[in-house]
Amino acid sequence: MKLAVLGAGAVGRSVADLAAEYGHEVTALADSTSAAVDADGIDVAAALAQKEETRRVGSAAPADALDAEYDALVEATPTTLGDAEPGFGHVRAALEADRHVVLANKGPVAERYADLRELERDSEGSVMFEATVGGAIPVLSTVESYGPDSISAARGVLNGTANFVLSRMAAEGLGYEHVLAEAQDLGVAEADPSFDVNGTDAALKCVILANVLGDREYSLGDADVEGIAELPGNALELAAEDGRTIRLIGEATPDGVRVGPRLVPENGTLAVSGTRNIVQLETDHAGRLNLSGRGAGGPETATAVLADVNRLGN
Amino acid sequence: MSPSEDTVQPKPYTVRFELEDEPGELLRALEPIAERGGNLLSVFHERGNVTPRGYIPVEVDLECPPDRFDAIVTELRETGVNVIQAGAERYGEEVTVLLVGDVIESDLSETLSSIESKADASVSDVSLSAPGGTSDVSSARLRLAAETGSTGAVVGAVREVADSKELRVVEPLTELEGSA
Repeated sequence: MKLAVLGAGAVGRSVADLAAEYGHEVTALADSTSAAVDADGIDVAAALAQKEETRRVGSAAPADALDAEYDALVEATPTTLGDAEPGFGHVRAALEADRHVVLANKGPVAERYADLRELERDSEGSVMFEATVGGAIPVLSTVESYGPDSISAARGVLNGTANFVLSRMAAEGLGYEHVLAEAQDLGVAEADPSFDVNGTDAALKCVILANVLGDREYSLGDADVEGIAELPGNALELAAEDGRTIRLIGEATPDGVRVGPRLVPENGTLAVSGTRNIVQLETDHAGRLNLSGRGAGGPETATAVLADVNRLGN
Repeated sequence: MSPSEDTVQPKPYTVRFELEDEPGELLRALEPIAERGGNLLSVFHERGNVTPRGYIPVEVDLECPPDRFDAIVTELRETGVNVIQAGAERYGEEVTVLLVGDVIESDLSETLSSIESKADASVSDVSLSAPGGTSDVSSARLRLAAETGSTGAVVGAVREVADSKELRVVEPLTELEGSA
């Protein structure tokens, strides 16, 4: 398939870089200030090298990528809240042109799910968004193949940064601020980590799960969210005395969407360590299903994007 | 059999509690049972089986009229015995929560009694960590004995009490206890 990739951060760059390996061709790649466009396929390596040097991927304007020749638009611009723009506008343009859309951007799926599905109904194109929940872990395709009606709830550890901080605090007996600074040095946490540590990122993923499981439409505003900031180290010590630990757990159940620090058994399934993620699905007839793996990262998330592209191609 | 006869008919009960490993503790715990009209059937004193925090679990089977059983359990608690489970149905489950914040300054013992009265649960264990004294954020871990099937309500009551004292609660994933 021909792909137009919007967004040249870690995920967008990885999608462009790995597309050929999956048998696809990149006809457009855009960041916020520029674009490289060629109906016969752009030279991805050259565009990425140029981005390194000049911070621009090409000489065209970003909007030109949307007008390029492509079968599927890969939307990998940063997640925005509220009206989820400009991501949502990109999705609209592609669907109105009867093209497919693969989202890595959580905004449109979490904040405007009904609008997104309405656009999809009026289009020849389809919308896929595996990469928005749990990175490389095939959560949404598992929900899809089991059938959303046969899954009663989903919960899990869905933010690697928060999980890294909590596991380091528990293992080393260190305080929150210390571990967060270390995570920033290691590049695990962003310079502004609030999106991760205040629970917003995990909540968006749970909102998406709740939307797919489908009792009603949810958005971030419907979620009950508490983060891990300012949790003292002694709380983790007390938990450990009793064979437990604390994890930032997100839940999508028929009661709603909830994210917060919770006590879990120290050696239990949900106590994944470091940047690993896990999702548990409660199935009606097959008990609990545990899906675990790398929940973030450029190549990991790009893997989920390209799996969606392959499904569209079939 | 008339209802009045039914209430005085003795029934068997099991009480589980924890004792400190010190001389005289077992006798101190058993006295209230006899004094309140309970008939001891068996005492299982698991001396070799110390809990992680150094207590010795004890299981007592006794017989008494149903209307006296609550009085016996209350008396045990007032003697300072850490009752984990009392009777066949009561306190069949345990739930652990963490409280975080000004746990000490907000009067921990008052917090605990509010939780017990609101939740119909019994605080069976408290562990406190306050490295910075009252000037820093402290944490407390509570183990609550609750009636079977009522842990959700107990956690709800803890949340309510904690809210009124501006404490954070780290709740357990109760539906996963024992199965995760």
